[in-house]
Amino acid sequence: MSATVVDAPAPTAMDRVRTFSARRASVLPTLAAIVILVILLIGAQAEFGNFLSPRNLSALLLDHAYLMVLAVGMTFVIVTGGIDLSVGSVMAFTGILGSSMLASGTPVWIVIPVMLAGGAAIGTLIGVLVQYFNVQPFIASLAGLFLGRGLAYVVSLSSIRVENEPILWLQQTRFLIGDWYITPTGIIALAVVAAGAVIMALTRFGRTVYAIGGSEQSARLMGLSVARTKVLVYVISGLCGGLAGLLLTAYSGAGYPRNGIGTELDVIACVVIGGTLLTGGRGYVLGSMIGVFVFATINTIISFMGAEQSWTHIIIGALLLLFIVVQRAIVARSDRRT
Amino acid sequence: MTLLKHHLFWPSAALATLVVVNVIANPNFAKITMRDGDLYGNPVTILRESAPLMLVALGMTLVIATRGIDLSVGAVMAVSGAVSLTIIADAPDPGSLGIVVTAIATAVLVALVLGAWNGFLVSVLGIQPIIATLVLMLAGRGVALLITGGAITTVTSAPYKFISNGYLILLPVAFFIWVAVVAVVALIERRTALGMLTEAVGINPEASRLAGVRSRGIIWGAYIASGVLAGVAGIINASNTMAADSNNAGYLIELYAILAVVLGGTSLMGGKFSIAGTVIGVLTVTTLDKTIQFFGVPPAQSPVFFAVVVVIVVLVQSPRVHQWGRSLSRRRSGHGPGDAGGEPAAASATPTRQEVSA
Amino acid sequence: MPCQDDPVDEAQALVQLDGATVRFGAFTALDAVDFRMFPGEVHSLMGENGAGKSTLIKAITGALALDAGVLRIGGVERHFAGPRDAQDAGVSTVYQEVDLLENLSVAENVFLGREPRRLGLIDHGAMRRDAAAVLEGLGLDIDPASMLGRHSLAVQQLVAIARAISTDVRVLVLDEPTSSLDLDEVAELFRVIRELKERGVAILFVSHFLDQVYEMSDRITVLRDGRLVGEYLTTELLRIDLVKKMLGRDVADIAPREHLVEPESAVEPVISARGLTRAPGIRGADVDVAEGEVLGVAGLLGSGRTELARLLTGVDRAQAGIIRIEEREHRLDSPRRAMQLGVVYSSENRRTEGLIGDLSIEDNIVLALQAQQGALKPLSTARRRELAVSWIEALNIKPADPDRPVRTLSGGNQQKVLLARLLALSPRVIVLDEPTRGIDVGAKVEIQRLVGELADNGLSVVFISAELEEVLRVGDRVAILREGEVAETVAAASLNPDTLMALVAQPDLPEA
Repeated sequence: MSATVVDAPAPTAMDRVRTFSARRASVLPTLAAIVILVILLIGAQAEFGNFLSPRNLSALLLDHAYLMVLAVGMTFVIVTGGIDLSVGSVMAFTGILGSSMLASGTPVWIVIPVMLAGGAAIGTLIGVLVQYFNVQPFIASLAGLFLGRGLAYVVSLSSIRVENEPILWLQQTRFLIGDWYITPTGIIALAVVAAGAVIMALTRFGRTVYAIGGSEQSARLMGLSVARTKVLVYVISGLCGGLAGLLLTAYSGAGYPRNGIGTELDVIACVVIGGTLLTGGRGYVLGSMIGVFVFATINTIISFMGAEQSWTHIIIGALLLLFIVVQRAIVARSDRRT
Repeated sequence: MTLLKHHLFWPSAALATLVVVNVIANPNFAKITMRDGDLYGNPVTILRESAPLMLVALGMTLVIATRGIDLSVGAVMAVSGAVSLTIIADAPDPGSLGIVVTAIATAVLVALVLGAWNGFLVSVLGIQPIIATLVLMLAGRGVALLITGGAITTVTSAPYKFISNGYLILLPVAFFIWVAVVAVVALIERRTALGMLTEAVGINPEASRLAGVRSRGIIWGAYIASGVLAGVAGIINASNTMAADSNNAGYLIELYAILAVVLGGTSLMGGKFSIAGTVIGVLTVTTLDKTIQFFGVPPAQSPVFFAVVVVIVVLVQSPRVHQWGRSLSRRRSGHGPGDAGGEPAAASATPTRQEVSA
Repeated sequence: MPCQDDPVDEAQALVQLDGATVRFGAFTALDAVDFRMFPGEVHSLMGENGAGKSTLIKAITGALALDAGVLRIGGVERHFAGPRDAQDAGVSTVYQEVDLLENLSVAENVFLGREPRRLGLIDHGAMRRDAAAVLEGLGLDIDPASMLGRHSLAVQQLVAIARAISTDVRVLVLDEPTSSLDLDEVAELFRVIRELKERGVAILFVSHFLDQVYEMSDRITVLRDGRLVGEYLTTELLRIDLVKKMLGRDVADIAPREHLVEPESAVEPVISARGLTRAPGIRGADVDVAEGEVLGVAGLLGSGRTELARLLTGVDRAQAGIIRIEEREHRLDSPRRAMQLGVVYSSENRRTEGLIGDLSIEDNIVLALQAQQGALKPLSTARRRELAVSWIEALNIKPADPDRPVRTLSGGNQQKVLLARLLALSPRVIVLDEPTRGIDVGAKVEIQRLVGELADNGLSVVFISAELEEVLRVGDRVAILREGEVAETVAAASLNPDTLMALVAQPDLPEA
């Protein structure tokens, strides 16, 4: 029954810990992800000697820029308590759509908006199904998954090379800072993370996203614009899918309809490892970025070892399990309080 | 009870419509021929090819009834196929019946363990089903790839091939397998009280526990059943291709299975379930798949059609559409039915409030 | 301040509903009801469950649209598109179950949707300061940045009120605000209500507790079956008349149960618990219930009433202490185990912990019996039907249709279905946690009478209720819970509601 009371005069260390835990307990899983990331990096450095090179670390971001963009969109959706299974196939669809348009000579300033709009359109469809027709997010985004994948094949059954200068520029340009480098795709990914973090933390829309994840019913009774927000998170996720399609096309220099099969699972795993609760209401965009780095590091370690790539998914699966169990324990503890 | 209200009416109507459309578009669709004492033709192919999806969807029905979902079925199929084919490939005599039986038994046992693992996460640790099974969905194919050493293991083994391609009295073995499994599952669920208790657990787990129902056992059992059935499906699937292709075996089957269950009228919210409905749902999905191929659409593009089907099905079940249908005359302004009570999207015809004072 | 005794003229009404009608399908929840509220008054809305109280509240607060009729706020006709609209017009609501967001901070819960912003972005610092000011006004000393979920329900309730009054509130709707509060907290809440009243806010106060209604309200509107019965000045309406108007008939005179004369004499307890402990709720509780005895349990909220019931029935496991059933010691590690030993529990949360809403009355009645037998030994169809029909008849469950989904029943009938399920097990001991909460008065009386009959037939009953009068009426002895311990067990005949109240609230007496 006791409420946490904050003593005004001279807070002791204990008080600070208590205040922190009362205010920010939900950061703990994200901190755990950071610890795991650091351990992975140090371990890899100890094992291979050259893992922590600027080159290699720069490549981490470069290779996973598309994943990071998808993870930002997915964080919005998952914090509302939803899920978006369509992101991998949306990425494939917009990628192949853009490649095909470029191949037929459409100017790039039309192609890029069309790719983004294509992603947003599928996101809108999912959002409308979820919000206005009470369809479970899982099922609605399943329709999105089927639709994106099928449409990708409708555009083309095989891969299409991209030779467009501005698109390739996104990937080939290297801004050097000493031995470090970053590509425009990496900058875009980080910008999306920054924008996502600001929107989630500092806008009414972002706080409504959390409110819906906490209790949709309450959010509605509090007069928040639940319907608009719920549709918008799927639109954002779709938009991120479209952007990821652009980044992946630039990265691989081609559109391919089989891209991103199973990517939705990787993205969900990254978001969860980054500390977002799959039941909604808690999570951070920056955490998801950490999650992507964990994923990227494991991926890179495995290629360093020359082991089977299938180990990546086994390890990610195990990590996912670990985080789910930890989250479960946290939720169980906070349940007991009430 | 009117025919229209029966819970199998709409699923059956959908299947019938699909078949009629096919027959009108191409009368050969329903043609069945007799060759060497066995039947062939599209309907027979559909019955045969339904087998893996049928088994998976059956397990999914039980899991969904407990308010759960099993996303790992495709991965379990891949593992089961990889296990059985690897055993056969490594055996000195791949054609021997003993080896095939051992391979199948081992594969089913592995699938049972995987199902039990899912069940443990859900029923003992209390992890959300979608997430608990996501773990295996993610890691399972990796495990299957490790078993086959990353390659696609192909074998030649007549008894193993018989499972999917053989015939018994007129019809394919695979057909008899699924009919037998459906019969057994239906018998267990409906002749015992398991079905009612499963529904109770699915509708209200805590109330069921307080009523003395062993919900943990029931939920765990559903996941084990789902695992085993997916394991058998994996064997049938591998027998069909005679190759353990860990990346493609059972790819997206969890989604088709869920679609089939929903088409059959079982709500994803858990609770009331219908095995007959699932059978109809699976046949509908398989027929639709065949239809799409029949119209000359490349198989890769068929997901577009399934997307349309999913959208239609969920719209038909959506309370909002029901409301539009019911009362075009009277409008409840502004917000939807969910606003008033916050009740889940149960597609019921009863009013939101119905307190009948005694 | 308006004087309550003056007939207030129409022009002053802050809220005015004329001919308000709301239908759900074929069911008319609100039938041409007129209702009004004036500034600076506390107005109580009374009625049985299903009388249309919630519907009326939702109509005023924008959660539901009217099918017919007019709503005027401050003389202006309004058609709210949602709660937000209503809030903008100065109508705020605090719902029965605290409808806030446990995953967000206290400050956010106060200001969500109206956060102070700088350059378009939320100014969390300013929001915290503003929230601190509002909370201080309510006498609430908590860290505005802390997560709401870390606080007790009572604090959350006050935060909900803080949210409601942080806007420019003209009409405040309090729907059962006291149901989760203890006496101190109720007093605190009433202080706040009086302050708001003085500021000219119109307060709609809905409560099951007649005492509180009479203490707080200036005016009472009574609804029955979706229709208006009348509007009365509290000072002019006797309690007995109020109850009659709510029921629409004379209250059946229920004679208090003939109490066992000497409950403690010689009779061996059927169930006996010693030193039951489970942190944080229960610390060393002792309980004895004899055959044919009704043990009433009284205590304040948070004294461990429900927690004790759950320990006695195996729903929660005790960390320490022993339970003897018919003189043999048992470990009750699951409800299932307790049921096997003849000890059954009816939860206070019928809907979430009792019934399986989508299953039929019959399925619900046979559920526990079937679960006891095991899934593989089904009861025959004929036996199931026989059980269902006989219990429906015995407990007068309406409608008497075994195939009807139980979620469509009224609260009282749902409670009876739950009782039927438990009684079908032929238990030795039945623990009833708030069996009459939230059900209409008629069904309440029936259930109280039933409890007496069960005890007369030799069943041992533990009867938990927040209503002290009810505990006294039904119980032979009353166990008084204070802070997780059974402080005293007293013969019911030796108590009246006031003396019982004093016993229950003892720790607070020095302060009062």
